[in-house]
This record gives sequence, structure tokens and C-alpha cells, in this order.
Amino acid sequence: MQEERQALGGKVLTVPFMVCAAIVLIGLFFIGKRFIFGIGSVSNMNDGYPWGIWIAYDVVVGTALACAGYSIALIVYVFNKGEYSPLVRPALMTSMFGYTLAGVSVIFDIGRYWQGYNIFLPWFSNLHSVMFEVALCIGTYILVLWMEFAPALLEKFKADKLQARLNRVIFVFIALGILLPTMHQSSLGTMMLMAGHKLSPLWWSGFLPLLFLITAVVIGYAAVIFESLIAAISFNRPMEMHLLSKISAVMPWLLGLYLVIRIEDVNLRGYLPLAFDGGLQGNMFLLENLLLLTALLILAYPNNRQSPRLLFIASCAMLLGGSMYRFNTYIVGFDPGTGWRYFPSVPELFITFGIIAAEVMAYLWFVKTVPVLPKLKKA
Amino acid sequence: MKIRRRDFLKGAAAGGLLLAADQSPAQARRSRKELPPNAVGILYDSTLCIGCKVCEYACKQANNKPVEHANPKEPMWDDPQDLSAKTLNVIKRYGVDGPKDSLAGFAFIKRHCMHCLDPACVSACPVSALVKNPDNGVVTYNKKACIGCRYCQVACPYNIPKFEWNSPFPEIVKCQMCAHLLAKGGISACCAACPTGASLFGPVEKLRTEAKRRLGMSPGEYYDFPVANIDSTEVQQHRAGDYVKHVYGAQELGGSQVLYLAGVPFASLGLPDLPDDSYVALADGIQYAIYKGMVYPIVVLGGLIYIIRNREEKKE
Repeated sequence: MQEERQALGGKVLTVPFMVCAAIVLIGLFFIGKRFIFGIGSVSNMNDGYPWGIWIAYDVVVGTALACAGYSIALIVYVFNKGEYSPLVRPALMTSMFGYTLAGVSVIFDIGRYWQGYNIFLPWFSNLHSVMFEVALCIGTYILVLWMEFAPALLEKFKADKLQARLNRVIFVFIALGILLPTMHQSSLGTMMLMAGHKLSPLWWSGFLPLLFLITAVVIGYAAVIFESLIAAISFNRPMEMHLLSKISAVMPWLLGLYLVIRIEDVNLRGYLPLAFDGGLQGNMFLLENLLLLTALLILAYPNNRQSPRLLFIASCAMLLGGSMYRFNTYIVGFDPGTGWRYFPSVPELFITFGIIAAEVMAYLWFVKTVPVLPKLKKA
Repeated sequence: MKIRRRDFLKGAAAGGLLLAADQSPAQARRSRKELPPNAVGILYDSTLCIGCKVCEYACKQANNKPVEHANPKEPMWDDPQDLSAKTLNVIKRYGVDGPKDSLAGFAFIKRHCMHCLDPACVSACPVSALVKNPDNGVVTYNKKACIGCRYCQVACPYNIPKFEWNSPFPEIVKCQMCAHLLAKGGISACCAACPTGASLFGPVEKLRTEAKRRLGMSPGEYYDFPVANIDSTEVQQHRAGDYVKHVYGAQELGGSQVLYLAGVPFASLGLPDLPDDSYVALADGIQYAIYKGMVYPIVVLGGLIYIIRNREEKKE
């Protein structure tokens, strides 16, 4: 690796870090309660809505936010744009945390966690199950992410020999790191095909796998831009505008492709009027697409892509719009009928907040102690 | 032969587009599933049901399920309002209030697992905890395999599988057509208990014929109706109901082994209007098109390794 990276150094136990720690503790308390009294004691999930925010946010949205590593790897390694490699390590790190914590949250979401390893036992596996593919794929990808990130840790502990050995085979992990998300991110969409008539036609579509794949990439890039700008502001570092504005030039095309498929698909099936009926589902449909359209309109003009402020707004719109599409597919668009209702309970929310806080803590700790961010040239 | 990077990418992009095109629902759908050779099922005739709920009681006895109180503050008797982790079989009442000679009246419906020919739950389950018996077609649950992911609940078009939300060691609960009684040569407890023959057990082929026979009856005339088991000799005489000319479950989502007859529209009994093709066939078809023999993923992985390795070598 040619580029130099540095650990930022500085105090780890800052105020934001402690606030996050407090949230994690509250989350842990409710997780304890869940293991003693059952999922129903902390969650509003029910037989009509068997999946709540732990799946819809922690896994389905969370892993998309963690597609930063995937999106950047795609550009750097497949499209051979070496100039973006300063973005690789921070992106990989957020991916590693995002996926790992999604994996952790699955453990307390599944009811019979103590035999969760059944999914890896060949005599139980159901090759027809989309869930099987997703679980196996995400499980493997978490390992791959840690292997991809390992050079940074080996660098920190000055394990040069091990690092040299890993560098010789790292291309296999990089390749897997591109293949696996392509598989499971699209399959997260395929998963909801099975919901059939329970999923509103505004979301149920044969294009679910393709749309989920595109949103994973869109959200991934948006997360890179968002993370890079936030890191620059909070750690008082120069913004990587030359890279960010170049990456964002791809976005209008991706967003355009997505919106054309998304709207035309609903339109051709004849369900577009549902979007304007004033109900929650219709409004959410409009909102998610308007957010993505806003990002498209901002980023379509080259001048806008030079402005950190507009770039930040566009990345927020993409993060929100893409996440909403996924969240709506799993919760808002899902209606099992016969009067079931779902809104997350406070303990349920706090478990998810705890996951997010743990992610922020890990990020703060790592950028300060592990060489992740690119080294600044002395002025 | 040397493949150039750019050519490979072009090929991969074209492949991706083809794949996307392949995903158009009509093409990706795989074919329908046939009835298993010795398929057994239940024919429930709403016009014969008197709402006595003895089937609910028999079901709980046969499956060791506790009583359930709709209002826990005033517990009286077992009165489940719907299926739950404690209730595998429930009788529900649909009513229209009004003056006597209008359309006012009521009808009953019995809800439990439909034992679909192409069950979404079986296809969804990642660990084969739900399986369809290849011989008699009964869909059973194995708690030793289940990880509690609840995808079966999301997938089931009839909202049948229930989860023990308030247990630290929860299980999925659903009607298994009394598989333990079938194994001993018996029949489902609900059918054995039904006093009027509204719940009728039997081979699905015979139940289909019986359903057709009933649709051909003239309303108000007396006919023979078998009780408990279609193969039994016990018969009762009833006036034929004014049937809706449809056997629910014969076609819905590829068909099921539980069939319904009713005198009021099925939608008002809480049975959704469903297409003939199952959602499973579509999801399976798409999944199969992409992952058949893992050919596409392996080819893509090979291509990626080739590209990335080449690039890393050039750098050195």
C-alpha cells in the first residue's frame, strides 16, 4: 500500500463517547430482560408483524449504511480508480462495524438463538430459502470484512511478517468482499417477495432484488460522503472534496436508473394512483422517492458537486431516501390484514439505539488508535 | 487467450442486464407443485357448522395446549378470539345485523393451517424446521431445527404460524393436522370431534370430488353428508346450503389440502382473494435463475479475483 495512514491520537473518553456508553448500557439492560422474559417483554412485535425495527433497521437498513466498503471497493478495485484508495480504509471500517453489529442484533432477534448455528449445519440447510442465502452470505461477509480490515490492525501492532503473508492472499478477500454484498443485498429484496399480498403493491415487485441492490450502492456512496465530511469537520481535517465531488458525479446516473425503474414498475402494474390517496403508505412512497429525486437534482449540476454544503445535503437525502425505501418494504408497506398494528416500544427502540451508539463508540475509538484515516501532508 | 479487463467488464454488465431482464415475473416463475401421492386434508363446510367449538376443545386436548382468555381480568372459559401460540384451530363468526327477512344472519369459519401444495413457510425456513411430508403432504414443525427467525410468519399468506412471544425459549406453533394421530392410523382431532360433518377428514382427491358434488346440490333439498372421515360409513342428512360457487383452496396460490365451502363470500370470512400462482414460485424462480448450481456467483468471483490480482501485481 502506497498511501500512508495515521491514527489520530487524542483522548478516547470524551463526552460524546460517554453519552454513547450510557445508551449502550440502557440497551444492554433491555437485552438482558429479553433473554429472561422473552421477546414480547421488550418488543411490540406480534404475530401479524413478526419483524420490527431490529430486522428492518438493524439489519436491512444497517447493512445498507454499511455498504460504504462495498461501494468504494467496487470503484477502486473493479473500475480501477486507484485515486480513491484513501477512502477505502475508513469505509471498510464503518462496514465492518455495521455488519458486525447487524450480526449481533440478529442473535437477540431470533427466538431460538441457542441453536442459531443450525443455519451452518448442512443437514438442516434449506437451499430454497432466501433467508438461508442471506444469513450464510452475511455471516461470511462479516469474516471477510475483518480480514480486509486486518492490515490496519496488524499495522498498529507492527506484525510485519503476518501482514506480508496476509497481503499475498488479500485479493481473495477483496473479491469476496465485492461478490457477497452483491448477493445478499439483492436477496434482502427477494426476501419480501414472499410476503405477497401482505406487502403493498407500491413495494411488492419482481424488481425488489434489483432495487435493493441499487439502493445498497447508493446508500453506500452516500455514507462515504457523509462520513468523510463529518470526520473532516469533527476532527478538524481538510475535506477530501476532490475525491467526493468526483464520486458524486456517478450518483445522478445511478439515481436516475433507480427512479425510472421504481416509478415505471409501479406505473406499469397500474398502482401509481395508490401513491396519491393521502394514506400513510402513499405518502411514504412519495417521500422516499422525492428525497432521492432531490439528491439527483442537486448532484446533476457539476457546480453543486463542488460545494461541501450541497454535497452534504444530497448525501443526507440519499441516506434517508434509500433507507426509507428499505424500511417501508419491511414495515410501512407490510400489512398482514385482520387489524394487526405495530409501532416499536421504548425498550425495543433503546436496544436499537444501543447498537447505533456502540457503532459510534467503536468508530471514535478506532480512528484515534488505529491507522485508518489518510495521513495529512505537513504544510 | 487473454481476456482484457474491459472486455470482461462489458461481458459482466451484459450478463447483469440479462439477469435483470430474466427477473420479469412471468418468466422467472417456476412451475406449480403437484398433489403428494397420499395427500390428506380437511374439507370445512361453513353451511354445516353450528359453531359449537367442540373442535377447538378437541384440538387443545390432542395437542396439549392451554386454555386462553380473551379478557384475562374476567377469565370464564376457553374463548380464543383468533389463532395464537395457544390456539391451533379456531372457529370465528361472521355476522350481519338487520331485520329478520333481510340478508342478516351469520356464518362460521374454521381457521388453521391450509397445508398448501407449495407452502411459503417451508420454502422460507432457512433450517428446514418446517417440512412438507412428501407422502401425505402434511406440513410439520421441528423445534430442534428452528432458530426462531419468524420468516415463516412473514411468508405465510394466511398468517397461520404463531410465535411464543412471552417465552424465553419460544417455539413456532401451528396446526400439523394431528400428524401424531395420523401416524397411529387416526384422523385429525377436530374432524373426529365435529358432530355435523362440517369438518371432514379424508384423501384430498376424494374431498375435491365431494366439494364438487355439494356445489351441484340444489339448495334446500336433503342430501347425505359424511361425518368425521369421508371414508367412514357414518352419514347424516342435511338440507343443502346455498353455496358460493367456489371451492376455496382448490386454486388459491397453487392450491391447498384444506378446502372451504361457504354460503357467504369468502372475503367476508377473512379468506383473502388470492391469485392462482404462489408467491413462492416467483421468489424461488428468481432465486433459482441467479443461483442455479452457483454458476453465476462462481464465475463472477473468478472474474473479480482475476481483475484484482492482476492489478495488485502491476502495482508491485
